[in-house]
Amino acid sequence: MPEVRGHIEGKHSDCQVLLYALSTCIWCRKTRQLLEDEDVTFDYVYVDRLDAEERKACRQQIRRFSDRTSFPTMIFDDTDCITGYKPDAIKERLAL
Amino acid sequence: MSDEISISPEAVDQLYQRLDREAKAGGYNLNPDVAFTKGLVEGLLINEARYGYGSCPCRLADGERKLDLDIICPCDYRDPDLVDWGACYCALYVSDEMRDGRQLLQAIPERRPPEEAREAGVSAAKPTATAVGEAAHDEELVGFTWSGLPVWRCKVCGYLCARRRPPLKCPVCKADQDRFERLM
Ligand code: SF4
Repeated sequence: MPEVRGHIEGKHSDCQVLLYALSTCIWCRKTRQLLEDEDVTFDYVYVDRLDAEERKACRQQIRRFSDRTSFPTMIFDDTDCITGYKPDAIKERLAL
Repeated sequence: MSDEISISPEAVDQLYQRLDREAKAGGYNLNPDVAFTKGLVEGLLINEARYGYGSCPCRLADGERKLDLDIICPCDYRDPDLVDWGACYCALYVSDEMRDGRQLLQAIPERRPPEEAREAGVSAAKPTATAVGEAAHDEELVGFTWSGLPVWRCKVCGYLCARRRPPLKCPVCKADQDRFERLM
C-alpha cells in the first residue's frame, strides 16, 4: 500500500500540482502513474486513508475548486482543477 | 485511518471469479482488462475489510453504511452509467460494445449527487419522485409508479423492472435492451 501522503520530484516543476486520490481507485493509480511517467513534480494524498477530520478538510479543499468531491482531483497552482483520469487535459494544463 | 490492509492474490482471484460468474449470469460483463479489473476487486476487498461492506473503490466512503448504501458495489449508478457510457463509474462493469472494443473507455462523469443533495434525500435514480400520498400525479405522471419511475417489460420473458431505462440485457433471459417495452 502506498504512503498516505508524499512528494514526488520530477523534471517539470513550474506548476504546483496536488493530487487528491483514493488508494483503492484504479483511475487514481493511472493518474499518478501518468504524472510520474511525465516526470512531473507533485504532492499526493490518499484521502481514504486519512482520519475523519482530515478527510473532511480535504473534502472542503476539493470543493473550493469543484462542485463534487470525486477522485482523482488534481489542483494546479491552487487555482484550478481537473477531476478524473483525463490524460490529454492534464498534459495540456501542464504544457507537457 | 492509516490502515495497512493487505489482501492476498488468492482472495482477489476468488472474488474475481465469483463476480465474473455472477456478471455473466445476469447479462453483465466485467472489464476484460484482467489486471485493471483485479485492481478494482482488490479495492473492493480493502473496503470490505475497512467498512464491513464492499463500497465502491473509486468513491470516498463515509464509513457509515446508511450513508454509503447507494455506493455498495454494484452501486445504484452502475446500470444508468452502463446505458449512457458503456461502463460503470469505475469501469469494473462494461457493456458488450466496450468489452468487444467497439466503444472507447473514457473518464465517466460522477452521477452520484453531491453530499448536500444526498443529505436532502434526493436520489439520482428517481429524479421525478413523488411522495406517497401526495395529491400529485399531474397529467404527465399518470401511469407512473409512486417511485416516479416508468416500468419496463421484457417482451421475451415478461421480466418487469421500474427504472429510468431498461437494462442493457434482461437479467433473466438475456434479451437485449431494445426488446423491452414500456408497460407503465
Ligand atoms: S462504479 Fe462499478 S465498481 Fe464502483 S460500485 Fe458501482 S458498479 Fe461497483
